[in-house]
This record gives sequence, C-alpha cells and structure tokens, in this order.
Amino acid sequence: MAKGVKARVKVPKTADVGEIVTLKTLISHKMESGLRKDSDGNKIPQSIINRFTCAFNGNTVIDVKMAAAISTNPYFAFDAVVPEAGEFHFTWYDDDGSIYEEKKSVKIA
Amino acid sequence: MKFKKLITVVVGALAIPFAAIAGEDSQLTVEGQLMVTSVAAPAHMENVDEIFSGWVFRKDETQALQMDDFDNPAFIFIDKAIDTFSKVEGTAGKACVSCHESPEVFKGLRASMPRINSSGELETIPELVNGCRTERMGAEKWKWSGGDMAGIIGLIGLQSRGMTVNVAIDGAASSAWDKGKDLYYTRVGQLNMSCANCHEDNYGNMIRADHLSMGQINGFPTYRLKNAKLNTIHGRFKGCMKNIRATPYKEGGDEFKALELYVASRSNGLTIETPSVRN
Repeated sequence: MAKGVKARVKVPKTADVGEIVTLKTLISHKMESGLRKDSDGNKIPQSIINRFTCAFNGNTVIDVKMAAAISTNPYFAFDAVVPEAGEFHFTWYDDDGSIYEEKKSVKIA
Repeated sequence: MKFKKLITVVVGALAIPFAAIAGEDSQLTVEGQLMVTSVAAPAHMENVDEIFSGWVFRKDETQALQMDDFDNPAFIFIDKAIDTFSKVEGTAGKACVSCHESPEVFKGLRASMPRINSSGELETIPELVNGCRTERMGAEKWKWSGGDMAGIIGLIGLQSRGMTVNVAIDGAASSAWDKGKDLYYTRVGQLNMSCANCHEDNYGNMIRADHLSMGQINGFPTYRLKNAKLNTIHGRFKGCMKNIRATPYKEGGDEFKALELYVASRSNGLTIETPSVRN
C-alpha cells in the first residue's frame, strides 16, 4: 500500500426518490508517473491508482480508468440518480494491488 | 482580477464607500461562517487605511475552493494530522491526545500567536509543538516546514477559524515587534526590495501573471496550488526572500519570528482562515 493514502467522500445523507445528487470524491495519493528519475538517475517506478469505480446497491455508477498523466490526489465529482435508499460503494485500485474502499449510505427523505 | 476592477471603480467614484461596491461576491463564507476579508487597518499601520485578506486577490475559482471544506485540498493534510494527533511516538509512549483531549482545546490559540511566553521569549506554534515532542513525548523534533508540522499546525489553526486576529504588540512584545517592523521595511537582496515594496506599495497590482496581495498571514498554513501542499509562514517568507534574490533567514530563527509577529499584527482585525487556498 502506498504511503499516506486517505480517501474522502462527500455524499448527501438523504435524498428524494429519483433525485440527482452530486458526489465528490478525493483520494490522497502521490500518483508517481513512472517518468521521473531520482537523484542517482534511476527511474522511479510508476505507482498510481489505475481505476476508480462507484456503485450504488451493486449497479455501476461510474468506472474510470486512470493513466500516468493524472495529477496527484485525484478528485472526481459526478452526478448520480438515487432511485431508492441504499449505499454508494467507492473503490480505488492501486498499481501495487491494494484496494481502498469507502461506503456511504443514503436515506430517502 | 476582481480586486483590480474594484480599485478602478473606487478611483473613478471616490465618494462611494468601498463596501457598497464590493457586493456579495466578495464575501467569504466558509461552511456557512462569514469571514472578515476587509477591515480598517490597525492603528499602528501608518501607510494603509484598509487591510484585505489574501483571499480577495485570488481568482474566482481559487476563491471558491476555500468556501467548501471538501473542495479545499488542504483538508487532506488536516485529515492526516488528525491521525497524527493520536499516534504514539517517542520514549514516553505518548501521543498529542494523551495530554490534549482533542484538537478543539486549541481553539483561539492561532489568533493570538506569536506571543511572549512566561520566560519573556517570543514563541510560535511550531515551537510549542516541538517543545511538546522533545520534552513530554521524548520524540524527535519535526522540521519547521515539514509535512507533519504543517499538518498539525493546520489542525491547530483550524480550531480558531473565524476568530479575529488579535496579536499583542505592546509591553513585553514591543522589542520583538520593533525588530519585525524594521525587517519589514529593510531593503535586502540583489533586487534591493523590502516586504513593503510589494505588499504595501503595490498590492492589487500584477507581479508577472499574479496579483500581489498584502502579504497577510491570517490564512496560514495555506494550501498553494503551485506546490500542492500546506505551506508554513516561515516557508513562505523564505520563498519571498528567494524571489528578491536575498539569502533567506533561517526558518524558526529570531528574524523570521520577529517578522511573523509584525506581519501577524498587520492582520489584526481580519479573521483566521486556516487552512486557506492560494496560488
């Protein structure tokens, strides 16, 4: 697991049926591109988050493939329809195989 | 950009008070809390009538980042600092939380720092933190502007957000304050500039692609878009001095501490915005 990874997610606690809500996610990650060299001239191996997904009650909301040019601490904001009460499940996949997860439930107002 | 426009308008219509023109869009509210971004200058400032928070000088996009704690990237580091706060380190087997119940106990501290301590010396928050680490925790000192330090002083400063800056400059503090004032107005470096040349004589004007602010430190530690991390007050002083081709003073040294006191006193009346977002 890369050092100092911390996921932050902002999801409204309640929503109306069929309401479109804005979700914001941010994960702290250094997103080492693999193109830089250290002070001895050796390549620093790539270490990024390569995929981010969000699902609501098992249905995919968004699935993002990320590449080396994505900046440090990737931030995603997107809209989702809330058809029923349930849980948003956010997952980040690291190059080194680690998976970071975050869950937030939404109630119907 | 907005600021420049305002200045032009004020010059064009001298009779209209500034606040009336500023309008709603120049109000900074963070998580519903209204911040004071412009106020009459403290009495000791001879050349300036009104002081402005650095937030006023930034672009709309940058300004918006600071208005929501989720959008504010500084909170990544604050979150990390919350973890650090309860992390046991050092020979005494203690964490911050062993003595200080929660970060909230530091409410108000940031607004009155730097201050003169009981032994008559000027002290700053990083020194308090390192004092705790070496004396009570038996841990190693943190670097003045390192990531751990910037995070924890950000967390401490956050507790005072919205409070009015009120730094004491009289009594025991007056000699350090005088020294800081001298430094502020002393020209140094190859470009032969003082702090005042930019931040007093030319605030609101462009310096290359950027607006010069008044150099207020009420939002520090601040997240800068240019280096994507929290920046400390002394780190910023150092950057300024490098820009004018001067040899920077030492971070945590007497010069910067005195300068910090003087610059902090120039923002007396503004609110603490820690952690702010700047470019």
